[in-house]
Amino acid sequence: MQKLFFPLAAVLAVMFAVAPVLIVGAPYESTMGLVQKIFYFHFPSWMAMFTAVFVSGGASIVFLATRRKSADAVAVASAELVVAFGLIGLLTGPLWGIKAWGVWWSWDPRGTSALVLWLIFWGYLLLRRFGGPGSERLAAAVALFGMANVPFVYWSVNLWRTLHPKTTVVSSLPVSMGLPLWWSTAAFMGLFALLMTLRTRLEHDRARLDELYLALED
Amino acid sequence: MRFVEAAWLVTRKDLLIEFRSREIVYTTLLFAVSCLLVFAFGFVREGRAVEDAASGILWVAIAFSGTLALGRAFERERQNETLRGLLMSPIPRPALYVGKLTGIVLLLLAVETVIVPMAGIMFQARMLAHPLYLVALVLTGTVGFAAVGTMFAAMLVRTRSRDVLLPILLYPVTVPVIIAGVRGTAAVLAEDPNLEMARLWLSMLIAFDMLFVTLALWTFEAVMTE
Repeated sequence: MQKLFFPLAAVLAVMFAVAPVLIVGAPYESTMGLVQKIFYFHFPSWMAMFTAVFVSGGASIVFLATRRKSADAVAVASAELVVAFGLIGLLTGPLWGIKAWGVWWSWDPRGTSALVLWLIFWGYLLLRRFGGPGSERLAAAVALFGMANVPFVYWSVNLWRTLHPKTTVVSSLPVSMGLPLWWSTAAFMGLFALLMTLRTRLEHDRARLDELYLALED
Repeated sequence: MRFVEAAWLVTRKDLLIEFRSREIVYTTLLFAVSCLLVFAFGFVREGRAVEDAASGILWVAIAFSGTLALGRAFERERQNETLRGLLMSPIPRPALYVGKLTGIVLLLLAVETVIVPMAGIMFQARMLAHPLYLVALVLTGTVGFAAVGTMFAAMLVRTRSRDVLLPILLYPVTVPVIIAGVRGTAAVLAEDPNLEMARLWLSMLIAFDMLFVTLALWTFEAVMTE
């Protein structure tokens, strides 16, 4: 992964430079007009966040089963990315909502489910930070519960409340809107991969440093 | 030792301690009643509760007081290092979990036998229209909430800041249970009860109970080892 870092960074720089051009070039949506363009940010950030949820949950299962430190590094790195990408989604959602629906926050199923997941992964990070020694394993259980909960949170929230455009919106978009959307999504996923390599590397270095400190004291 | 027997020993121990001190039942109950009182100031207009308020207030009171009871129940195990004793005893970890869960559920049910009728009286909800549905919803909701709560409270026993971490972790994870509990109870208590809706939420609660208990049984062993 480390060897891929610079090529990936270069490709992403180009992708993020081209994305605004494509977004400007995309046609205006008939009812929402200019404000719909935030979608090219909003949707990719949620995609990246949900990927991070599943990576973190999967890595936590591996960590619980095998106690491998590297799995824990992946889990914590992607948990931080859940919070980071989730924040982008939670900020762009209301900005769009106030223009499209006239309310900042409408408790629509997807926004609400994402908020719940976002809070679970905040809990994960807080537990690791303030829980004291041995809290990595406990946090892994939280990530596992969080991931397993995704369909059920969505299912229950969806039954409770519905006001969001149907999921089919994405596949039925005209090509002129679809290209910038999937381009942005690919760019966000690339950014996710890039930040993951950086953060897991940092976690490895931190663990190594801890080991060296302990060795020095002995 | 058989699984059920081991789990029952743990439950019996907890109930015996609680029966002698009655600390958790009394404090939890009074806390739940205080919750009902505080919410009344927000959701009562002209002496009558706003629509669906009773079920919402009831479940918030259950969730809040349940968190308090969970915290106290495991604080008791921590103070005298008795949790370590339990973990060292020849009881399989899943049996220990089931025993603890049963104890917590029975404790919460004792509290609910008071606060459910009380919420009905205070917020003009028609508790007696379909009592079986109401009992089933409260029972399955409590099991789901306690299944996650017991797991989290047990694993947080040895951590710092456990008092604040428990609700922070517990509420988002139990969102499906809370939604199903509130909406199902609201469907039963409505002026015009929607029993089909109540059945839907009830079957969801049963599904959540099975999911959460299975997940907890699977992870309990992994997180509760030294």
